[in-house]
Amino acid sequence: MTTPPKSNGPIIAVDGLSVGFRSRAGAWLPVLRDITLSVGAGESIGLVGESGSGKSTLALAMMGYLKTGLHVLGGRVDFSGIDMFAQDRQSLEKVRGGRLALIPQNSGQSLAPNLRVGAQIGEALRLHSALPEARHAARVLDLLTQVRLPDPASIARRYPHELSGGQQQRVAIAMALAGEPEALLLDEPTTGLDVTTQAHILELLRDLARETGMAMVYVSHDLGAIARVCDRVAVMYAGEVVLEGTAAQILRDPSHPYARGLLASIPKLSDVCLPRALDGRPPPPGGAGDGCAFVARCAIATERCMVERPDLSRIADGAKTRCHLPQQVRSIPLSGERNAQQRQLPAELSLSLGDLAISYARAGLFERLTGRDTAKVATVDGIDIELRQGETLGLVGESGSGKSTILKSIAGLLPPLHGQIALRGQDDLPPRVEDRSAKHLRDVQLIFQNPDESLNPRQTIAQILAQPLKLYFGLSGQALIARTTALLAQVRLGAHYLERLPSQLSGGEKQRVAVARAFAAQPELVLCDEITSALDVSVQAAVLELLDDLRRDNGTSYIFVSHDLAVVKALSDRVAVLYQGRLCEIGPTVDVYGPTAHPYTEVLLGAVLEPDPDFVPSLSASDVVEQSPPARGCPFQRRCPKRLGAICDQTAPPPKTFAAGHTIWCHRDDLAAPQLS
Amino acid sequence: MAVTSTYRRAGPVQRFWSVIKDICSRPSGAIGLALVFSHVALALIGPFIVPYDYTTMNAAQMLSQPSAAHWLGTDHLGRDTLTRTLLGGREAILVTGIATPLAVLWGGLVGVFFGLVGGRVDDVLMRIVDAFLSLPWILKMLVLIVTFGTGIEVLIPTLAFFYGIPVIRIARAATHDVVARDFVQAARARGHGRFTIIWQELLPNVRDALLVEGAMRWSWMLLAFSSLSFLGFGVSPPTPDWGLMIADARGFMSFSPWGVIAPMIGLSSLIIGINLSADALAKALGIDRAQKAPV
Repeated sequence: MTTPPKSNGPIIAVDGLSVGFRSRAGAWLPVLRDITLSVGAGESIGLVGESGSGKSTLALAMMGYLKTGLHVLGGRVDFSGIDMFAQDRQSLEKVRGGRLALIPQNSGQSLAPNLRVGAQIGEALRLHSALPEARHAARVLDLLTQVRLPDPASIARRYPHELSGGQQQRVAIAMALAGEPEALLLDEPTTGLDVTTQAHILELLRDLARETGMAMVYVSHDLGAIARVCDRVAVMYAGEVVLEGTAAQILRDPSHPYARGLLASIPKLSDVCLPRALDGRPPPPGGAGDGCAFVARCAIATERCMVERPDLSRIADGAKTRCHLPQQVRSIPLSGERNAQQRQLPAELSLSLGDLAISYARAGLFERLTGRDTAKVATVDGIDIELRQGETLGLVGESGSGKSTILKSIAGLLPPLHGQIALRGQDDLPPRVEDRSAKHLRDVQLIFQNPDESLNPRQTIAQILAQPLKLYFGLSGQALIARTTALLAQVRLGAHYLERLPSQLSGGEKQRVAVARAFAAQPELVLCDEITSALDVSVQAAVLELLDDLRRDNGTSYIFVSHDLAVVKALSDRVAVLYQGRLCEIGPTVDVYGPTAHPYTEVLLGAVLEPDPDFVPSLSASDVVEQSPPARGCPFQRRCPKRLGAICDQTAPPPKTFAAGHTIWCHRDDLAAPQLS
Repeated sequence: MAVTSTYRRAGPVQRFWSVIKDICSRPSGAIGLALVFSHVALALIGPFIVPYDYTTMNAAQMLSQPSAAHWLGTDHLGRDTLTRTLLGGREAILVTGIATPLAVLWGGLVGVFFGLVGGRVDDVLMRIVDAFLSLPWILKMLVLIVTFGTGIEVLIPTLAFFYGIPVIRIARAATHDVVARDFVQAARARGHGRFTIIWQELLPNVRDALLVEGAMRWSWMLLAFSSLSFLGFGVSPPTPDWGLMIADARGFMSFSPWGVIAPMIGLSSLIIGINLSADALAKALGIDRAQKAPV
């Protein structure tokens, strides 16, 4: 099946490529600057960097494709000796999708919704395969088997919307394989998938690369994923390659300040501290100046770095770095130092949830008329959680586990079916936000995932921050301005941000404003709904530090929802693991992440990737996404690798307490690690 | 997404000028705005600069070819075509200039209201809107005009009424889009009242969509007005009007083409101008999704 390369040269050779767009003022602004990179047969190379670093643009340029408005300013891209930017449309069409295939980030959107999966793969075969038409049907099944989809014959008959996100991504990979490509370009192929699904897709890609001998270019901001799939890594910053070398060279002890900062800003399961924030942001296209592009954020920059642009040169360990000071670089630490857990917490309760159940299902007209029983299985059920003042509770689980639903219910946006939500132990919150008193409203503040959505694009930062201040404290005039300025200072933004619109801020700055807006109310409890998942890792670390500062200063409690277990570990005092809206495990962070764990927690932890080329995730359960919780028994019964048998299907598992406050809902008796039992 | 780092005060006056500046910085926007402005200026000062009186007939000069005295020739009553073309937009601009804001206002208010209320009321209203839109517009308007007679006092409310109906759809859809967004949920969770949410969160975001829609409606309304004039239900003679001029001159098109071509140029240049400006306005306000920066 492998097509051997015609020569010994690289499959993809990028030589001095510069790409840019013309600004409204007429100047050419570079997006890629002087990139030289080659990918050999069977090699997999990872492109990493923050958003806007040009990594996706470079991957697309390797296909001879540029987004509207972009132009080649110099250099060339060769694919198997073909100059990609000198080809006409027809000859490009022969190469693209066949010998050179792309797997995009969101394949759910790139699959045609009106065609069955089998027909779409068949079309790829018709265009890009030499096989006779009669053998296409069998080949489609082969391809679906090759991407490890169970029951390929039935998958081939389904429409894309009938598949889960992970399955759609596998179908996209099967389509890419249809043309037996020599090289595969992957643009953030696992971003947006659950951790377990992501780990399975990465294993598949790893195996495919080995089986077929394809070259792979893997674009991602996730160093953990890169570590799993790539032999070589190129780190990009402001449209340049700043560091290039083997995965071990780049991920263990990188010799560029940016790569070290990036590595330190990633929360890792093995860490016991908050990740270190990488301050500042990359220069805009054309704003890099004469010196090193990273100079403004570099801890060791000297006079020379300001005026002279470093070349990409080979250093002692064999990697190529674009830095004037490869010797001093090693003094930059690779991990954070702030321990988030060392805090004294008072014993007073902040929030208690008593037997909370929430359902999205509402009785339809038909059910109401016929009086039929509409008691469906609730989306979220049996949630008993107590939170002390100043405590941070992490809520983890895959998508659909009900994490955000619980937050919405606490905020009063989604009234629960039954159960109590009480503040400070005795103060019951009315279920609907409209019925709550001003004090109640002030006490509970919600921060959303995406600041682009949660900040009104037509209001200035001053107007945004003034809203809670006017509403809860009746501030106006000078007092209002003084308070908004103080709030901005609290989230480390200057007063000159007041008159800007959200669109004039970076993603991290916007999320800081959203945090400031929540703290304007001087709340008892702040609900954080995946608030760092839309941000770059470097920015995420800064937001985590900010949250830690604010809870130390104000004694605020957090409920911190995230799908990223490492992020939750870095910030939380206690962690609750949810599956299908039911609690699986709750306890102090060290215990939940420790050896005694619910089988589901084990599955989740096993799938977390570390930015280490030798790290091997342990995958124990399938990545099948379930649509609804089972009617009875354990919520995790259908995927559990440690299933006991009928008891799991029939009886809800009893809570078992291990260490102080560490409870696991499971039928098994052998959960405790030997040294504890 | 490019982030501009310029410091900008966001007062309404500054915002207006920055949008105008943005429109003018695009070639198509600058041309469009220039066309619209010159038409409006002509409508205001036209009577003082035209070479002839638009009613003066001349039996000796009927349907004459362009000459030094009559640059675009004369019509079938010997009136100067250039004069009548230059003045031919006044009535149209006046009527549509008043009717367009009225249409956007009432359609916008109703659309936002029903977008918020939702439920069965919304369902019923939308079916009525559908029913209205399924009838040919010329038929609906002719019924009203035949019933109430012609003249500005009938034309303005008629046009405003019928052109407000599609605006309901736009305003309702924009409201639905905005209401589902997190910042509205955030305002609800903070406990703001319904009125504050509509006024502060919703309307500023619906407003831009309505502005662009209004600009598009204006050009369609001009076309409708000229069509009514062409059919004899708009402006009454001897007032010059492009639609009416085309109707009068079309019989002589084979040997006196300027009588048709000149008003056509007048009408189409105004409509093209409005459309170009509306496109540039949409881009300046960031509504046009296809025109995002490449990175």
